[in-house]
Amino acid sequence: MWPPGPRGQPRRVAPTIMNDTLLTVENLKTYFFTERGVFKSVDDVSFTVPRGKTVGIVGESGSGKSVTALSILRLVSAPGKIVGGRVMVSCRGVLQYAPTGTVDLLTLEESEMRRFRGGKIAMIFQEPMTSLNPVFTIGDQIEEAVALHQKELNEAQRWEQVLEVLRLVRIPDPERAARSYPHELSGGMRQRAMIAIALGCRPEILIADEPTTALDVTVQAQVLELLRELRERLGMSLILITHDLGVVAEQADEVIVMYAGKIVEQGTVRQIFSHPRHPYTRALLEALPTFHTTGRLRTIPGSVPSLAALPRGCSFQERCDRVQQRCREEDPELMVMGEGQVARCFFPEL
Amino acid sequence: MGVYLFKRLLLIIPTFLGITLITFLIIQMAPGSPVSLKIQQMGGEGIRTETVSKAVIEQTKKLYGLDQPIHVQYLQWIKRLATFNFGDSYKDHRPVLTKIREALPVTLLLNFISIFLIYLISIPLGIFSALKSRTLLDQAVTVILFILYSLPSFWVAMILIIYLGGGEYLNLFPVAGISSQGVGELTRWGQFGNVLWHLVLPIIVLTYGGFAFLARLSRAQLLEVIRQDYIRTARAKGLSESAVILKHALRNSLIPLITLSGTLLPAMIGGSVVVEQIFSIPGMGKLGFEAVLSRDYPTVMAIAAIEALLTLVGILVSDLMYVWVDPRISFEGM
Amino acid sequence: MGTKHESYWRQVWRQFQRDKLAVVGLIFVLSLFLVAFAAPWIARYSPTAYDLNAILLSPSMHHWLGTDAQGRDVFARMVFGTRVSLSVGFVAVVLYVAIGIFLGALAGYFGGWVDMVISRMIEVMICFPTFFLILTVLAFVGPSLYNIMVVIGLTSWPGIARLVRGEFFKLRGQDFVLASRVIGAGSLRIIFRHILPNGLAPVLVSSTFGVASAILVESGLSFLGFGVQPPTPSWGEILSQSRDFMDIAWWLAIFPGAAIFLTVTAYNLVGEGLRDAIDPRLKI
Repeated sequence: MWPPGPRGQPRRVAPTIMNDTLLTVENLKTYFFTERGVFKSVDDVSFTVPRGKTVGIVGESGSGKSVTALSILRLVSAPGKIVGGRVMVSCRGVLQYAPTGTVDLLTLEESEMRRFRGGKIAMIFQEPMTSLNPVFTIGDQIEEAVALHQKELNEAQRWEQVLEVLRLVRIPDPERAARSYPHELSGGMRQRAMIAIALGCRPEILIADEPTTALDVTVQAQVLELLRELRERLGMSLILITHDLGVVAEQADEVIVMYAGKIVEQGTVRQIFSHPRHPYTRALLEALPTFHTTGRLRTIPGSVPSLAALPRGCSFQERCDRVQQRCREEDPELMVMGEGQVARCFFPEL
Repeated sequence: MGVYLFKRLLLIIPTFLGITLITFLIIQMAPGSPVSLKIQQMGGEGIRTETVSKAVIEQTKKLYGLDQPIHVQYLQWIKRLATFNFGDSYKDHRPVLTKIREALPVTLLLNFISIFLIYLISIPLGIFSALKSRTLLDQAVTVILFILYSLPSFWVAMILIIYLGGGEYLNLFPVAGISSQGVGELTRWGQFGNVLWHLVLPIIVLTYGGFAFLARLSRAQLLEVIRQDYIRTARAKGLSESAVILKHALRNSLIPLITLSGTLLPAMIGGSVVVEQIFSIPGMGKLGFEAVLSRDYPTVMAIAAIEALLTLVGILVSDLMYVWVDPRISFEGM
Repeated sequence: MGTKHESYWRQVWRQFQRDKLAVVGLIFVLSLFLVAFAAPWIARYSPTAYDLNAILLSPSMHHWLGTDAQGRDVFARMVFGTRVSLSVGFVAVVLYVAIGIFLGALAGYFGGWVDMVISRMIEVMICFPTFFLILTVLAFVGPSLYNIMVVIGLTSWPGIARLVRGEFFKLRGQDFVLASRVIGAGSLRIIFRHILPNGLAPVLVSSTFGVASAILVESGLSFLGFGVQPPTPSWGEILSQSRDFMDIAWWLAIFPGAAIFLTVTAYNLVGEGLRDAIDPRLKI
C-alpha cells in the first residue's frame, strides 16, 4: 500500500501517531568501519522525544552522543554507517502519500530524507566559528534554509522571514547582521545566527550539539536561555547534547546518560539528579561544582575505553568503584529502576 | 583600496631594483665579454681575441658603453628604462624594444590559451575526482595526473613531434613556427586557423603539466573543504548534495585556485623557453635563449626586467583577487 | 627528547610503509643509487668509446638500448648518466636546504630587523624568473656539472627558508621552547636542539620533491646544451642528441626520457608518501 522504499524494501510507516511523541529512536546502531577495527559508536540506543520537551543527552567525548544526533538526520559520513534500528518521526506535512502517521527515517530515499532535514528536524553545531560558511552572508545562509522549506514564499517574503528569525534570536540590528559575513560577528552572535538558520527551516525538533561549549561562560548562559525561550515560544522539542550536567540540570526535562556508545541511565531530570542509579552518573554528578563544594572536585579516574576493543562485560568496569566479578563476565541490560527510570547496572546505587 | 594599491606599487620598486641589479651584476661579472664574441664575429672564425689590437677592443667597448664602471652602467640602464629604452641588441643592432614587441604577443597568446585550457579542464576534473573519491575511477584519474605531473616537457615535445608531427608516423601538425609560409594570402579566419593549427602541439606541451598540477590541487582542495563543519551545516538544512557541492563547497575550494592564476602566467612564461626552442616559436623564451647564447646584454637585461615585472604584478593581482573572492580578507588588514 | 623523536620518526616510517606506491618509489631510488655506484660493473661497454662500425644501431642483444651517432653504447651512457642526475639532485638540494634552513631559522628565531632583511631577500629571490636566471648564469659562467649544482642550489632556497621561518614562528611560542629558555638555554642551543628537529619534517617532504624538480631542471638544461659537457654522459644530453635523429633512432629519445620520467616519478611518490605519513590528517 505504501510506495516501495530504496532498493525495493518497504518503507516502515506506522498508521498512528504516538501520543504526544514526536520522535522515537529504537535500537539505533551506528558503527565506524576503520582499518583498526569496528567502532561501535552508537550501540543499541533507544529513546523518545516528547512534544515541547527538552531531552538532554550527556556523556564524555567519545560516548556516542553526537553520532546519535547525526544518525537521526542521517548525516554520518564514511567510514561511519548506520547498521540497524529505527528512527520514527511524524510525517505530517512532509510526505504526501502519508499525510498522517509516522515514518522510519532510515528507510527513506535520500531525496525524501532531505525534506525532513531542516524542515522537521533542524540541527545546530558546536563550533559556530567553523559551522557557518565563511563566503556567504548570514542573511544568504538563512534565506537558503527558508527557500528550501517554505517554498510558497516569494523573494521579498523570504527576506522578511530572514529578518524575522534574526529578531527571534535577539540579534541587534538584524538588517545589518543579515548583510554581515560570519567572521564579522562575535562568537555568541555567530551561534545565534546558527540558531536562526535552524529556525529558518521551521523545525519541530531542534537538535543542539554542544551549542555552548565553544562560547564564553557569560555568553553560554544567554544562548541557553534563548534556546529555552524559543522552545517554549515556538512549541519545539529540543534534543540538547552536552558534556555538562549543569546545563542539563537547568534545561532538560528528560536526561539520557551515554557511555561508550550505550545508554547507561535514563530518567527525568529530577530522578537523575536526586537518585542517580548508575555509578557513572553518580561520578559525573560528584564532578560537578556546586556552591557547597569545598576542597577539590572529584574526578573520574581513567578514560573511556577504545570502542574497538571493549572489555567483556560492563564497559564501565575499569573505572567503577563498585565493580564485582559479575560485571567482568556479563554485559548488563538496561534495568527498570523506578517509574520511567532505567539504568544499565547489576549493582545500582540505592 | 587606493591607498593599499599605492603602497603595494611602491613596494614593487625596491624588489624590482633588487632583481635587475642582481641580474646586472651576474652578467657583468661573468668571465668573457660580448666584445670578444663580437670581434670574433666581425673577423670571422679563427681569429683569436688576443691577436686583435687593444685599440680595437677599447673602441668596441666604448661603442657599447662597457668602458664605464659597473654602477654607472647600471644607473644608465635604469635611466633609459624610465623611457622604455632598452638599447639596441648587440646581435643585430635592432632596438631591443622592437624585438620584444614582436616576441611578447606570441608568448602571451600561447600562454593565455594554455592557462585558459588548464583551468577549463582541471577544475571540473578535480571536482569529479574528489566526488568519486576512493573509487576506481578516481584512482585511475589520480594515477594519470601523477604521471602527467612527472613527465619532462621536452621529452613529451619530442615524442609528439616523432608521432604526430611528421616524423616516422602521423603528420597531423606542423612542428615549427607559428604560421605557414604564405599565410598572408589566406583570409583573416584562415590565418587565425593556421596559427591555431601551429599552436596545437606547443600548447599540449605547455598545458599538461600545469593541468595535472591544478587538477590535483583542486581535488585536494575540495576534499579538504568537504570535511569542514559548514558543509555539514549545509547538509543539515536539507540541501541536495549537488547544491552542497556546487554552491557551498566549490566556492570555498576555488579561492586558492583563482588566486593562483595571477602567478601562473609569469611562471609559465619562464618555463616556455624549452617549448619555444623545440618548436621554433619566436616568443620571449626563444628570444631570451638566443640572447643568452650570444651574450646580448641589452636583450638579456630587458627580458629579465620584463619577466620580473610580470611576476611582481602577478603576485599583486593574486593578492587583489584574494580580497575579491574571500570576504574574510580585506584591504584594511593588509 | 631523544626518545620522543625516535618514536616520532618510527611512527612516520610505519605510516610510510603502508603506502605501497611510496615504498616502490623508495626502492627505485635506492636501486638507482646502486646502479650509479656500480656503473663500471653494470655497463658492458665504455660510455665514451667511439665505435664507428656501430653507428645508430637499434637495440639488440649486444647493445641493449642501441647505439648513438658516434657508435657509443646507449645502455652504458644511461647507466653512467645516473650519476649525473642523482648527484645534481642530491647536491643541489642539500645545498639549498642548508641555505634555506640557515636563513629561515635566523629570520624565524630572531624576528625583528633580521627577519625583515631576510624576508626581503626571500621576496626578491621568489620573484626571480628562476629558469632564465639559471640559464643566464650558466651561459655566462660556463656550463659544468659543478656549476649546475651550485646555481640550482643558490637560486632555489627561498621556498625552504619560508617554510622554516614559518615553522619557527609557530614553534617558538610553544611551551617546550619557553621552558628551555626559562632554564637558561642559549639561542643557538634552542635553535638546534629544540626547534629544528620539530620543524624538520616538512623540510624533508619539500626537499624530496625538490630533488625531483632539480633532476628535471638539470635534464632540461642538458637538453638545451647547457648541462654537463660532452663526453660526460647525462640523460638530458642523450635526449638532446637524439633531436637530430628523431626519424631514424627512436631509442635515443625514448630511453633517456623514460629514465628521467621514472626517476622524477619515484622521488615524487616518496615525497607524497612522506607527506601523508607526516600529516596523517590528509589521509584517514
